[in-house]
Amino acid sequence: MMIVVLIVTQLPFLITVYYSLTDWNLTTSSDGPVFVGFANYVEIFSEPEFLQAAGNTVVMTVGAVVVSFLLGLGLALLVNREFFGRGIARTLLITPFLVLPAATALLWKTSMFSASYGIINWVLSPLGLGPIDWLGQFPMLSVITILSWQWTPFFMLILLAGLQSEDPSIIEAASVDGAGPFQRFRHLTVPHLRPYSELGIVLGTIYILQTFDAVYLAAPGSATTNLPYYLYQRAFRGLEIGQASAMAVVVLIVTLIIASFGLRVASGLLKDAEGKRK
Amino acid sequence: MTATAIRPRSRARVRRRGVGGKLLTALTWVLAVVMFFPFFWMVLSGFKPEAAAVTSPPQFFFQPTLDQFAIAFDNNFLPYFINSVTASVASVLLVIALALPAAYALAIRPIRKWRDVMFFLLTTRMLPIAGAIIPIYLIANSLGILDRIVTLVILYTAMNLPLAVWLIRSFLIEIPMEVIEASRVDGANFFQQLTRVILPMVAPGLAATALLCFIFSWNEFFLARSLTSVDAQTVPLYLVSFISTKGLFWAKLSAASLLATLPVVIAGLVAQKQLVRGLSLGAIK
Repeated sequence: MMIVVLIVTQLPFLITVYYSLTDWNLTTSSDGPVFVGFANYVEIFSEPEFLQAAGNTVVMTVGAVVVSFLLGLGLALLVNREFFGRGIARTLLITPFLVLPAATALLWKTSMFSASYGIINWVLSPLGLGPIDWLGQFPMLSVITILSWQWTPFFMLILLAGLQSEDPSIIEAASVDGAGPFQRFRHLTVPHLRPYSELGIVLGTIYILQTFDAVYLAAPGSATTNLPYYLYQRAFRGLEIGQASAMAVVVLIVTLIIASFGLRVASGLLKDAEGKRK
Repeated sequence: MTATAIRPRSRARVRRRGVGGKLLTALTWVLAVVMFFPFFWMVLSGFKPEAAAVTSPPQFFFQPTLDQFAIAFDNNFLPYFINSVTASVASVLLVIALALPAAYALAIRPIRKWRDVMFFLLTTRMLPIAGAIIPIYLIANSLGILDRIVTLVILYTAMNLPLAVWLIRSFLIEIPMEVIEASRVDGANFFQQLTRVILPMVAPGLAATALLCFIFSWNEFFLARSLTSVDAQTVPLYLVSFISTKGLFWAKLSAASLLATLPVVIAGLVAQKQLVRGLSLGAIK
């Protein structure tokens, strides 16, 4: 099993590192890769399109993670109360996460954001806003909206699980001692939610960093081109294997930095689970 | 100080039962409906005639029709659907078959350095697939398995394996050690222990794991886009081909999207209770 995992997952990475040090264009050089050292890295870091894609990736990921985390937290707090039809409301709120991401991208592109018959323009029309071509005028905002719609349920579910694991007797004791709802939230719920928030943010960041469907299908312009999409373009349209590999290595290093935080969070949770078992 | 502390408390009581509580419930429902609306709109538009789907203001009442679904099927939906089912189901079966023994070795009879193994598995899940696509493409090319479902099966298995091992392990460690010990004392051999004691106890966990892996495989777009071209294309690519041949006709696209999405929405709602556990790699119960 381990060997299968090792071969399937790590070998491609090592080969990528090797290719990133070579000059190899599938259309022009038939004799295979030529070793060029770090030339590809020098080249991509002086390439404005690459730097823009890197910047777009950061804006898109941070934007979508922040918005879906805040919305998810708000919804988790609301759904954590007892009320009529709670199960149904919860189901309605989870659904966006289950819709095929490719369908999500097309759904927002064609029906929500459309300048002529889009729902958003229709909702905003009483405010006197003229028809807005959302994807054309505000592509980044649009993509972040799509991603937030898709990922809010993810954060809601994880934070809701955190809220439900909070010990009600502690909250009760605090309110007997005279702590108001805001104080209880600030001093009890927030620290309790911390590991859940960390886990959600780290996993969410790793997933959203890899966004491809929403960019490729809804807004494939330079203003929203992120690293996965840029890499895809370079590798499969330009067939510049050497350069695309160098970019892949850069993407990997960035992800590894984030992932190392993720591993620390996961390590804490693993110890917690073990502690409960004994 | 005391006075300010007491006042919010009395307000909290009101909020829980009185007008404030009703307002919060109403707000929750409004937000739930807003969040659900785009999906609802997709379902509704799938039953519209094309002219009714692209009006401004939008139409909520219309003569429903199944024409758009018929068009989606006529446009060769089934081969894509079968490809998706094959790739997802085959990879899920492989994942469970590989992950169960691995999880066993990490939970019931922990091997040496099991913690390191767990983290090694997790790191592979954190690797962005775009970072490895070039060698994967070149390897698949030289093996002659580009545009073959088997390629997707292998890659989806690798993609879901870490998740499955973490998740199944979290179910396995919940089995009380005493139960396993007792079966051993009763003379059950390893195989009997596995099939008669452990398997029935983790069956719901395995089902939840399988559903989650199914969702991830079904939704996967990047690998399918990069490694298939004609024969092995999956449902997400059906939508892409649908736009390029039919153009952006919203009613037809809605019907097609609904067909493409339905299996996952159903799987997700069935596995709703286990969704959090799966998403957090078994860390949150």
